[in-house]
Amino acid sequence: MTIATKPGFSRRRFLTTTAGVALASGAAFGPSRLMAAEPIKCAGIYTVPVEQQWVSRIHKAAMIAQERGDLDYTFTENVSNTDYARVMREYAESGYTLIIGEMFAVEQEAREVAAEYPEIAFLMGSSFKPDDALPNMAVFDNYIQDASYLTGIIAGSMTETGNIGMVGGFPIPEVNRLMHAFMAGVRETRPDATFQVSFIGSWFDPPKAKETAFAMIENGADMLYAERFGVSDAAKEQGILAIGNVIDTQADYPETVVASAIWHFEPTLDKAIEEVRAGTFKAADYGVYSYMIEGGSSIAPLGTFEGKVPQEALDLVESRTAEILSGAYVTEVNDEEPKSQ
Amino acid sequence: MDIIDILLSASFWTAAIRIASPLIFAVLGELICERAGVLNLGIEGIMVAGAFAGWMAVYSGTDLWTGVAVAFAVGMLFGLVHSTLTVPFGLSQHVVGLGVTLLATSLTYFAYRLFLPEVTSPPKIEAFQPFEIPLLSDIPIIGPALFNQTPLTYLAFISVGVVAYILYRTPLGLALRAAGENPAAVAAQGLSVTAIRMGAVIAGSGLMAVGGAFLTMSAFDSFFFEMVNGRGWICIALVVFGAWRPGKALLGAILFAAFDALQIRVQQTPMGADIPYQIFLMMPYILSILALIVMSRRAEVPAALMVPFNKGER
Repeated sequence: MTIATKPGFSRRRFLTTTAGVALASGAAFGPSRLMAAEPIKCAGIYTVPVEQQWVSRIHKAAMIAQERGDLDYTFTENVSNTDYARVMREYAESGYTLIIGEMFAVEQEAREVAAEYPEIAFLMGSSFKPDDALPNMAVFDNYIQDASYLTGIIAGSMTETGNIGMVGGFPIPEVNRLMHAFMAGVRETRPDATFQVSFIGSWFDPPKAKETAFAMIENGADMLYAERFGVSDAAKEQGILAIGNVIDTQADYPETVVASAIWHFEPTLDKAIEEVRAGTFKAADYGVYSYMIEGGSSIAPLGTFEGKVPQEALDLVESRTAEILSGAYVTEVNDEEPKSQ
Repeated sequence: MDIIDILLSASFWTAAIRIASPLIFAVLGELICERAGVLNLGIEGIMVAGAFAGWMAVYSGTDLWTGVAVAFAVGMLFGLVHSTLTVPFGLSQHVVGLGVTLLATSLTYFAYRLFLPEVTSPPKIEAFQPFEIPLLSDIPIIGPALFNQTPLTYLAFISVGVVAYILYRTPLGLALRAAGENPAAVAAQGLSVTAIRMGAVIAGSGLMAVGGAFLTMSAFDSFFFEMVNGRGWICIALVVFGAWRPGKALLGAILFAAFDALQIRVQQTPMGADIPYQIFLMMPYILSILALIVMSRRAEVPAALMVPFNKGER
């Protein structure tokens, strides 16, 4: 169940194999598996192209499940929110039994569509809780605060000025809780740290994120929390450090990105597959399957920063990781909008 | 005070000019169209197409300036579509403009997937780097702001001069302005209003596309779908703000960008902790609207703006 979360698996290499190859191998291996009778017909509906960080994690997990023979996966990307319900209906009408997607901007409409197709399982990214009155819709989100907290510990040990810049898109719960966890991590190794927090009011405006990051660097920041594309670029140009979020971007910024908190969607999807197969899929919050204890998040390998991070910080990361995995330490989930402090 | 310190810092003005650069290209493009009598609401989509085309060309192996030329050419193609429908056919400029925006955005997405079917993250290119002009960049505050920018920013400022010169000092400019004021008079001179208007829209659209290309080739080094993010619509307002004059439009673009650079910085002052961030994000727009109200009272709108011209019709 956790094959996919093994470190060292190359996402790049994986995705360069085409869907066709994946489908062919899925067809080849599928029937030989003991459990997998028929692959579940699964459709992904995304509001952005599949290479964009958050969605790329879902897409990757679905491709892996398909290669394994558990899913017969197809997807539609770059669907505008005004069109989202229509695309949901189209897949629902054409025989798909598991529909995954993100309904942050269409919470009401998506629920209405799901109510019309009670026999189809909907697994949707959402800021809200599941509704028992709508038993065929489960919600998920990237609850990777454990990993964000651990990257904070590293960031706190690497900053010299103790002034940390954080650029976010919008202050929605999934962004806020990661920022708070990161800040809590920083305070473990740098109790007197100050934080500059800005939101740019857009998910994909890298030039604006970059300008905002530049302003924070001018204002004394020597470590940036790169929630958006563009932030690491500003850090790279100004020769300071950054911490990545959701995906590992160190390959693009080898001298800049120290560590990244990575989201693994595989446990969430695998749980859904299991429930659909067993016929027990119901309204539930799949958010917990993004927790580190479930294998839903991890901290990226230090890579180019191997040997450059203080040992005390790494020791703390190690002991905290063990505590998180044993359940002794639970990272606080705080959905409030973070403020500069 | 904090704000005074910010306004006196060179880095603030450097950021303002950097933010203004894509707007300068696009506002000039829109201004040329409107001076000839055609409102071009295709601007937002044309910027997206330009942002993609220039970046994609460089990613495919051309040099940066060829990329700029490719963006310009793609902009001209959309200008041709727009002007064919609005000038000889005289269709509604609002509907055609919005249609071109939708078409350009969707075609860009289509082309993106066609060229890059399987990528894990949007690929990067080697973008334009700041080029310091000796001596001039040593002037306090305005030196680094104006003379330590990327070559595309210099091109934006040069374009303002060139467009102003053509509009006010050449027969072509006179004919273009006349086509927007009194097309019948242009026709009476034996000139083709259709040719002048189409030419203006095609050239203007090319400039808009270069504005978009600035985002992917200078401000950033990769392409995202929503990255133009309303900058085109701002330029429509900036043309009015600039009273259809290139110099004033340039000032408007810099003013808007300065408000934007300011709000980013004010968010980090003690004020930022108390005021919701949305207020800061709104600031450039609100201040621009206020400035627009003041400035546009004396503006002379081209008399034949949005009026189709049919030769021989009275």
